[in-house]
Amino acid sequence: MSSQGVDLKKRRMLITATAGIGAVGAGFALVPFLSYWQPSARAKAMGAPEEADISKLEPGALMRVKWRGKVCWVVRRTEETLKNLKENTDHLVDPDSEVPQQPEYCKNYHRSIKPEYLIAVGICTHLGCSPTYRPDIGPADLGADWQGGFFCPCHGSKFDLAARVFKGVPAPTNLVIPPHKYLNDTTVLIGADDGGAA
Amino acid sequence: MSLMTWIDERFPATKVWNEHLAQYYAPKNFNFWYFFGSLAMLVLVNQIVTGIWLAMSYKPDATLAFASVEYIMRDVNWGWLIRYLHSTGASAFFIVIYLHMFRGLMYGSYRKPRELLWIIGMIIYVVMMATAFFGYLLPWGQMSYWGAQVIVNLFSAIPVIGDDLSIWIRGDYVISDATLNRFFALHFLLPFILAALVFVHIVALHKVGSNNPDGIEIKKGPKGNRWSDTAPADGIPFHPYYSVKDIAGVAGFLIVFLGIVFFAPEMGGYFLEAPNFEPANPLKTPEHIAPVWYFTPFYAILRAVPSFAGTQVWGVIAMGAAIVVLFFLPWLDKSPVKSIRYKGPIFKGMIAMFVVVFLILGYLGMQPATPGRTLLAQVCTTLYFVFFLGMPIYSKMDKTKPVPERVTK
Repeated sequence: MSSQGVDLKKRRMLITATAGIGAVGAGFALVPFLSYWQPSARAKAMGAPEEADISKLEPGALMRVKWRGKVCWVVRRTEETLKNLKENTDHLVDPDSEVPQQPEYCKNYHRSIKPEYLIAVGICTHLGCSPTYRPDIGPADLGADWQGGFFCPCHGSKFDLAARVFKGVPAPTNLVIPPHKYLNDTTVLIGADDGGAA
Repeated sequence: MSLMTWIDERFPATKVWNEHLAQYYAPKNFNFWYFFGSLAMLVLVNQIVTGIWLAMSYKPDATLAFASVEYIMRDVNWGWLIRYLHSTGASAFFIVIYLHMFRGLMYGSYRKPRELLWIIGMIIYVVMMATAFFGYLLPWGQMSYWGAQVIVNLFSAIPVIGDDLSIWIRGDYVISDATLNRFFALHFLLPFILAALVFVHIVALHKVGSNNPDGIEIKKGPKGNRWSDTAPADGIPFHPYYSVKDIAGVAGFLIVFLGIVFFAPEMGGYFLEAPNFEPANPLKTPEHIAPVWYFTPFYAILRAVPSFAGTQVWGVIAMGAAIVVLFFLPWLDKSPVKSIRYKGPIFKGMIAMFVVVFLILGYLGMQPATPGRTLLAQVCTTLYFVFFLGMPIYSKMDKTKPVPERVTK
């Protein structure tokens, strides 16, 4: 381009201003295309809090509830189990739940609102498999020390019956406890608490 | 060694940049008609990008398709915008291409040495029509369904093989899930073929050089301009002169285009037809069916020709011929000059008549047929072909003006 008799400063200013405004416009134009990938209104509606009827849950039993397409466990624990959870903590990475993997009201040794019931997201914190429920004491494959808990078949992570992770396994943190609240004695709402929906 | 040198030794980046942009000399007298080539590329990119995004939420299944479009419109974040960009883009594509083609018609851009350039462009136009046709079935509304039904049945008018051919196209005895599924696959494929054809179109253009409103070959004129002693004197580098000019065109286009997207995406039923807001119902034809506006001139020609000798193939032949005749345009025009600026009153009259006839046919194609309208369509169809088939005669008879040596303002 010839530059004789041209006000180069003005030209540079105009080019910069035009390109700058154009870039801002392109940035705005990008928003709908990126936002399009977010969960749709339908997906969000399906992720709404889920009610679970726990009236038929026997002591020691586990039931599965689907919340946001993920498996949630409800386990009814026995007195011995709770005693064991309180005292037997040497093999755990984070026995006091210091890492915020649970709502504030579940930061206790049983990691729940009512000690009897555990409500946890059944997704391993390592790479996302769903651990198996192994309430049996001292089985052959998990060793004589096994006091009941969850065992992840993918990479061998172990969790106790408060969903707390064992030392020396691939999973780094305790399992996630979702926000939840009791609507009455036999109905629990998973995914929302008094602070609102998750 | 600079990074650019390193790249240039391995890939001709600078060479391509110079040959096609910075040192590609285009005639300096382009007017606004020269916006529509770059705008067509912009709309093609818009169609591909929004189309891919729509495909992320659309279901090509007869039981799910209609609801999935409503899902995009209501539940997907910004889905309404992406869909309206796509549906308005389809109409905008044809508006831009029709103006681009009319530019070529006015300035004789199809004449030697640009015959192949014109033919490649015509192939692009035909592929574009196929893409639009396949895409129109996807929302699976009443107009989608019955429109596809009518168009596919055109093929069954072909003697002997017609019935089997239309069954083969549908993959069923009626328009069905199988048809929808294959139309979706083809609608996804063809835009990439279009993009490849656009590349070939530009390669051909840069070989012969752009025509201009004067129809003067700047390569045959004097040499030497501010940038090069060997370049045509009437040429200016495409970049930055025409790249900047085209950006101004893009800004103007987007104002109009987005105005329609935001405030009138249905365009009063012309861009999105009312019956298409009802799910496809194979048991009930809508009271009045018409193709989308960009097909209506050809649809009017189809309807204008009556069936005789026991077959309706004549209308199909006439409609096909109306498109095929455009391919032969470079050899129909025998005028000694290219541009309308130097052509005589006969050509100017004929091209004005052609525009009017094309618009009337477009209007008639949207309306229900009545005896009066059919007669008008028959007159217009005749005049449509007179414009092309009479051209070898009237373009020779016409009194042309002398063409100047150099391009004018």
